[in-house]
Amino acid sequence: MPTVSVKRELLFQALGRSYTDEEFDELCFEFGLELDEITSEKDIISKEQGDGKAEGASDIIIYKIDVPANRYDLLCLEGLVRGLQVFKERIKAPRYKRIMPANGGVQRLIITEETAQVRPHAVAAVLRNITFSKDRYDSFIDLQEKLHQNICRKRALVAIGTHDLDTISGPFTYTARPPSEIRFKPLNQSKEYTASEIMDLYRTDSQLKHYLHIIENKPLYPVIYDSNGVVLSMPPIINGNHTKISLNTRNVFVECTATDITKAKIVLDILVTMFSEYCEKQFTVEAAEVTYHNGKTCIYPELAYRREKVKPDLINKKIGISETPSSLAKLLTRMCLKSHVTGNGNNIEIEIPPTRADIIHACDIIEDAAIAYGYNNIQMTIPKTYTIANQFPLNKLTELLRQDLAAAGFTEALTFALCSQEDIADKLGVDISSTKAVHIANPKTAEFQVARTSLLPGLLKTIAANRKMPLPLKLFEISDIVVKDSTKDVGARNQRNLCAIYYNKNPGFEVIHGLLDRVMQLLAVPPSKESGYLIKAAEDFQKIF
Amino acid sequence: MSPAMATDGPALAELLLQRLERAGGGGLGSLEAAAALGLEHQQLVGAVKSLQALGEVIEAEQRSSKRWELTPEGKEIVQEGSHEARVFDSIPAEGLPQSELMKLPSGKVGFSKAMSNKWVRLDKNADGGPRVFRAVESVQDLVQEKLQLVQRGEAESLEEKDRNELKKRKLLMEVNIKTYWIRKGSAFSTTVTKQETDLTPEMLASGSWRDLKFKAYNFEALGIMPESGHLHPLLKVRTQFRQIFLEMGFTEMPTNNFIESSFWNFDALFQPQQHPARDQHDTFFLQDPAEATDFPTDYLKRVKKIHSQGGYGSQGYKYDWKLEEARKNILRTHTTAVSARMLYRLAQQEKFTPAKYFSIDRVFRNETLDATHLAEFHQIEGVVADYGLTLGDLMGTLREFFTKLGISQLRFKPAYNPYTEPSMEVFSYHRGLQKWVEVGNSGIFRPEMLLPMGLPEGVSVIAWGLSLERPTMIKYGINNIRELVGHKVNLQMVYDGPLCRLDA
Repeated sequence: MPTVSVKRELLFQALGRSYTDEEFDELCFEFGLELDEITSEKDIISKEQGDGKAEGASDIIIYKIDVPANRYDLLCLEGLVRGLQVFKERIKAPRYKRIMPANGGVQRLIITEETAQVRPHAVAAVLRNITFSKDRYDSFIDLQEKLHQNICRKRALVAIGTHDLDTISGPFTYTARPPSEIRFKPLNQSKEYTASEIMDLYRTDSQLKHYLHIIENKPLYPVIYDSNGVVLSMPPIINGNHTKISLNTRNVFVECTATDITKAKIVLDILVTMFSEYCEKQFTVEAAEVTYHNGKTCIYPELAYRREKVKPDLINKKIGISETPSSLAKLLTRMCLKSHVTGNGNNIEIEIPPTRADIIHACDIIEDAAIAYGYNNIQMTIPKTYTIANQFPLNKLTELLRQDLAAAGFTEALTFALCSQEDIADKLGVDISSTKAVHIANPKTAEFQVARTSLLPGLLKTIAANRKMPLPLKLFEISDIVVKDSTKDVGARNQRNLCAIYYNKNPGFEVIHGLLDRVMQLLAVPPSKESGYLIKAAEDFQKIF
Repeated sequence: MSPAMATDGPALAELLLQRLERAGGGGLGSLEAAAALGLEHQQLVGAVKSLQALGEVIEAEQRSSKRWELTPEGKEIVQEGSHEARVFDSIPAEGLPQSELMKLPSGKVGFSKAMSNKWVRLDKNADGGPRVFRAVESVQDLVQEKLQLVQRGEAESLEEKDRNELKKRKLLMEVNIKTYWIRKGSAFSTTVTKQETDLTPEMLASGSWRDLKFKAYNFEALGIMPESGHLHPLLKVRTQFRQIFLEMGFTEMPTNNFIESSFWNFDALFQPQQHPARDQHDTFFLQDPAEATDFPTDYLKRVKKIHSQGGYGSQGYKYDWKLEEARKNILRTHTTAVSARMLYRLAQQEKFTPAKYFSIDRVFRNETLDATHLAEFHQIEGVVADYGLTLGDLMGTLREFFTKLGISQLRFKPAYNPYTEPSMEVFSYHRGLQKWVEVGNSGIFRPEMLLPMGLPEGVSVIAWGLSLERPTMIKYGINNIRELVGHKVNLQMVYDGPLCRLDA
């Protein structure tokens, strides 16, 4: 779940009122947010780096708010405030508009064929006559970072570049070139580097090093130029320093390059809808034209409003309430889903704004109606579903058997299903290749290399960890082991095993033998060579465990 | 009767009783009695305790008092004489070389004391080095005499300055001791009857039990624990959860398949292939067997379509859905993978019948480990499938479920899960922490998950889940999960664990 940090004072100022921490926590809960922490820059620094380092840092109160992973429209102060103000009916949801610049001066981005091999998509837009302040600027940068970390999947799916439009001139070209041929001064650097040098430069950068792998092994790196050959950015790694935006920037060119076009459009829509608030013509975004190498042309941002119809009856039934159609429409409108009743009250028409890409089905609309109604106002009911319960036979037997094993004086252990290869092979004198063990591809440590093929190693380790306990130790476990089995769809199956162990100063084989006899007695299997069980000596340890 | 004989237990007790008889109603003190009988105080205390155990023979009131006692060195002096007296005694008429005198055990201390007492004199110019001679005919060893008084329990008769002087020489010390003031009890007698500890068949047969005195039971001490085996605390809690589901009419799902394909674990649940949960950092992928081979073909096509293009009234995720990604085998990250298989199976029935399912089993996450997180844990899950289920039904079911766990105050928070919509986190008020804490997650499965399976349109499926470890740790007050789960378990904790009564 992403966490958004906002200054409390700014938040309350934007909300037009102040709250006590408890009141705001309550509001968050109702809306599906979580006020995770109340802190300050000073607190954060002293927590991370020690008290000494925090001196002089700001002690302005910061709210850290957890936002649901699909609500990209709430990832910045601007969006949070808009969402809450509409929810509380203090404002109406703004209507976002894409406008074509007068006299045909639309910014153009041309995508060349080479990008297909590395990062084939790009979208763009212009924020015209925007006014930044320090806080707005910080929020603008922050939102890009939040989007990068979440929907953009750490820039693998989408990478955002924002540029001071007045420093460059279109049309822009999005292409891909060999790293040696790309050369520019990266953001906040004082000299030019080739793309290969840039990769080396950022290999130790705590932030950027995580993105290098996305293009590192590609023969061509993506790059965006203006008509004079100025580098805007080398996505998804770094922008050029030339186009850097500042507090004085008035016109912002936004580009998003992507491997997933759907997500690129969403990211662009979110970024421009959030910050068009600060444009001279509030909530308007200047269009940009993107031309593919096959000649196909698209206008961005899409800022599409989609209309859906949902029957009031369905909403009521799915939630378990009985609201009038107009009251349901009002509830939905409070969730930024502008709705009205149509067709003699039989339908509600809902307009899904470009900020709500999470609404993909009627069930998402129904959830929003339920949130606006208040989850905790819904009458709790018990379903009339009549069913007869059944136990899973294997678990039923396990439950019965473990009770009686404890009654027989053995104590139940609970050991890990995952272990090291050594545990199930070398330490038992068995060759790993002769086990039917399933192997894990990405274990972080040796403890998670394989799934156990025997319960014995876990019980032996339990004894080793409890050597200070008085003797004897009598332990058992009934649990699943895992073996490869090509007859199963996944190529492996669980097997329920029972293992017991007796640990004392003298071996006491008869004790464990007696337990086996007891188990067979409980299972109503008599000791009999013909029609029961018998014990034979075996040489092969692996056959036993 | 000599004091030596009196050290024998019963005889000593009787001596004390006789003394008490003579002392009359006022009683006597244990210190004085010990002194009078020529005993160590501790021996007398032993006799008092054994008499107390007989019942009302005596009354003993514990007191604390200060007493002067000899240090080990003081005791030695009582026996052997003071160091200075010993030095004096060891000097023959012709004197002793100082160097030899210093080699004596009492030499150093004794010489300087004897010098200051003017008992001896030193001739520095004697032949063969300095030589010590007696200076008086005989001496009176006052130090020894004073210490003997203390030993007889008469320290009080010494003058305070003498006591302090002896204390300074580390021959005396003042100790706090527990003493008793002893009086006759209601069943006082000067003879001690031996008490029986156990009732025997012979006593019953002969009827002798009528006249015998029996020793009272000691309820202060713990009894002997019966030898027994023990069930594991986490699995005791599992049994209770299982019981609750069975009481509510839920059927247990076969969750005995730790290895699952990404298809059933994620894709079937409409969890997109780029979802962070499908990352190497969160999920254990298998190297061998790396891929699942067998899928219901038509269903797989419908799943692919709903992800990449949408359908059933959904926009879908509009991305390039890849079969390779769905084939990847993993250690299941939730038991909901089994719920998906069960719901798919339910959808294949000729006619839909309502179903309630539950499971409690292991799931695996390749996450960072800490005091409350392990790579494997138990997930508890409940699922209800029927026509027309509502969000209110989900909340009502949760209320019933949690009431059985002893949790009555519930609150629901809107949340996001990829495969449920609406989704709600369940919070309960924790009295100890004085705040609302999350106790579970729940929701209504998305149509994009259910409809491709072939479930009828009007059927809703409500579901909820929680971990088994968290409520168990809270229940048993365990802070480190490794003490509960895995081989580092504290077996003493397992031995001592109480029953699991969740609603008590």
